Amino acid sequence: MMLRFALMIAVLMPFGARAAVEIQEVTSPGGIIAWLVEEPSIPFVAMDIRFKGGSSLDPEGKRGATYMMMGLLEEGAGDRDARAFTEATESVAANFGFDTFRDSVQIEAQFLTENREESLALLRDAIKFPRFDQDAIDRVRTQIVSIIEGNETDPNDIAGTTLAALSYPGHPYATGQEGTIESVNALTRADLITAHKALFARDRVYIGVTGDISAAELGPLLDTLLGDLPAAGAPMPVEAELALEGGQTIVDYRSPQSVVLFGHAGVDRDDPDFFPAFVANHILGGGGFESRLMVNVRERRGLTYGISSFLASRDYGNQWLGQFSTSNENVGPAIDLIQSIWDDMAENGVTPEELDAAQTYLTGAYPLRFDGNGRIAGILAGMQAQGLSADYIETRNDQVNAVTLEDIQRVAAEHLVVEDLHFVIVGQPQGFN
Amino acid sequence: MRRFALATLACFAFTAAAQAQTADRVTTFTLDNGLEAVVIEDNRAPVVVHMMWYKVGSADETSGKSGIAHFLEHLMFKGTETMEPGEFSRVVAANGGSDNAFTSYDYTAYFQRVASDRLELMMRMEADRMRNLVLDDEDMLTERDVVVEERAQRTDSNPGALFSEQRRAAQFLNHPYGRPIIGWRDEVAALTLQDALDFYALHYAPNNAVLVVAGDVDPDEVRALATQYYGRLPPSENLPPRARPAEPEHLSARHMEMVDDRVSNPYVIRTWLAPERDAGAQQDAAAYTLLAALLGGNSATSHMGNLLEQTEKSALYTEAFYSGMSLDDTTFGMLVVPVPGRTLEQAEADMERALETFIEEGIDSAKLERLKAQVRASEIYGQDSLQGRARSYGAALTSGLTVEDVQMWPATLEAVTEDQILKAAKSLLDLNTSVTGYLTNPSAEEATQ
Repeated sequence: MMLRFALMIAVLMPFGARAAVEIQEVTSPGGIIAWLVEEPSIPFVAMDIRFKGGSSLDPEGKRGATYMMMGLLEEGAGDRDARAFTEATESVAANFGFDTFRDSVQIEAQFLTENREESLALLRDAIKFPRFDQDAIDRVRTQIVSIIEGNETDPNDIAGTTLAALSYPGHPYATGQEGTIESVNALTRADLITAHKALFARDRVYIGVTGDISAAELGPLLDTLLGDLPAAGAPMPVEAELALEGGQTIVDYRSPQSVVLFGHAGVDRDDPDFFPAFVANHILGGGGFESRLMVNVRERRGLTYGISSFLASRDYGNQWLGQFSTSNENVGPAIDLIQSIWDDMAENGVTPEELDAAQTYLTGAYPLRFDGNGRIAGILAGMQAQGLSADYIETRNDQVNAVTLEDIQRVAAEHLVVEDLHFVIVGQPQGFN
Repeated sequence: MRRFALATLACFAFTAAAQAQTADRVTTFTLDNGLEAVVIEDNRAPVVVHMMWYKVGSADETSGKSGIAHFLEHLMFKGTETMEPGEFSRVVAANGGSDNAFTSYDYTAYFQRVASDRLELMMRMEADRMRNLVLDDEDMLTERDVVVEERAQRTDSNPGALFSEQRRAAQFLNHPYGRPIIGWRDEVAALTLQDALDFYALHYAPNNAVLVVAGDVDPDEVRALATQYYGRLPPSENLPPRARPAEPEHLSARHMEMVDDRVSNPYVIRTWLAPERDAGAQQDAAAYTLLAALLGGNSATSHMGNLLEQTEKSALYTEAFYSGMSLDDTTFGMLVVPVPGRTLEQAEADMERALETFIEEGIDSAKLERLKAQVRASEIYGQDSLQGRARSYGAALTSGLTVEDVQMWPATLEAVTEDQILKAAKSLLDLNTSVTGYLTNPSAEEATQ
């Protein structure tokens, strides 16, 4: 299956929208808050739970602990070992997903109305009572080591790790959340229990629920699911100081093509300049085929299959990044072109037509995100984790439309600094020393 | 821990079942010029997915012109007599929508996701490019560079993808499924404007296409709009029949090895020819679908996962995979990634032993019942994804199946018996149609010598 342009990087910005969703804030008898959108037309419920802190909570020397801990939640919990737990999950036909990110972990669940209680009892066991059986630890450890080895030979991962190391030395952001082979091999069961305690606490949990369930039904279930978690977890990570400077780093990799990842400092999600930067980025390289980078580097010159830029607005450090791949002989010309596009926007801003097209697209596309229970539950959890209020969905498009040409000019001039761009090139680019 | 770097090799066995559905909200019609249409109503959000599927894919190319179906898909975003190059996507974006396209062995599809009140505009533009595409050499040359870069990114930089291409070429001795969708590098780089225009003129017509509209729409209105915009297009008079060169009898197991220093986790993979879903006769495919899940679907509970990953701890990862959605014969596959220190010969023996013990022990009824519960649930979960439902109908109708086949599929899976699954498993003991591949790196290679 060949997609014409598969987005290389999923930009994690769960903006909510002017869609016909009615959010109820549900507070359980025990005081746990969830946002709910009722959707009774299909007999199932989608639930999305985030715990902030994510893999950045790994203590010094224990890199990979959170990632491994998350990998073990469904490998045995409560009175069931890995196999019994999976069999029980299969019997009620529930689907659980456990994902680890730098700023949070995400637990996604899908369960049938008819099996609601049994499904949530299993999910509760996975979250609250994982067993961390030694044979499961050993098995998952071996898998993670192989994942790390795989990342070490993947040009996209090599580019990501290289840029991260240059950007945030000394901070968890600098290293892969899977850990290193050395750190993963040194992790003990006690480390996993510590990681579990650090993360799963009520002071950092955000819940979105969408589907065939009422507020009255949801409340008590929240207490069953998360009620006895400790009030507080480990101290949150500290800000990451950006050490990246303009320049180039080449990593030798045998391939006809080079992967190029580039960027510099970005814009905070809470910064008043965020919306202008967001719209500017859409015009620069955020939106499908119409962005300046796509039009110039792909459509006019045929130098790449896809190029994008994105605002990596993280909880503890922000970057404005871009990525593409190109044949080794084209790396130099492509980088020259990108630098001139970057500089041009900093110098001249964008045109009224571009701003208009971007605002039309961004405001029109927003409601389209709310088209499935799973997607809506994810948006609800993401909004809470970002500190947005429920009425953000109503106001978000107004904030996009409020961005002016002057705003973009000012923000582009301040934040798009071509001299600061650092290019990490993984491949065998021609014409570089 | 369910995710693994190699898990992308196959999708889960019954995502294809996820289209079950509330047949009462699915309607169909056919226009006088032969265009078939499927309308799926879902009024939960003011969104519509508009898809045009052509019954032409890479397996319909002529020898020597591999990649032309996919290349033409790229060129379809250039202009028409009334639209400039790039204008199509620009208009979709200006209406808050997104658009894209994809090419497979048996079909090429174009889609837009927009607010439901923009459906008419999408139809007007899609109808325009079905018959009025305008291409020049400059567009063609630039886009050909893009496709070569795409190939470099997806395939040439990735030993697993390269090996998959090689294995597939060995799997199909005569059928064009043996050619990569994106095309062989040298052939893609030599495609011409005329190649694209010829392919377009031959295959892009209403009587070779399926329209799928899913979302917040009224079926009568969809029909009226489709008649207005697509109904006036002339059908093609000289559509070639979709009769691809058939496979000769396979008389010899094939074994191949690729060594590449970019491989981090060596693995052994074996594929066999297997029957696909046929219109009105999906039982065999249903048996292979359940076999894949029982034999190697879940690392904790499948036979191979339980034996090799959990009990013997000889494998990092195992999987059995099969997809019945195909116009002609498809493949069934098994994969074992051994733990470090274990050779691929040992892994291959493990894989064979897993299959043999699966057959010896017979089907675990409780396990089969759990699987069927999941099939039933996937009918419910599947209703949540508009795009997924639209895709399942489009793929089916361009792969030789009917709307009825799509709707019967969950019941067909439900009706599969233990004997039918065992029979499918036993067919794998015949290695004459199989290709066994070792993908490894120089250091692992050395260690085994």
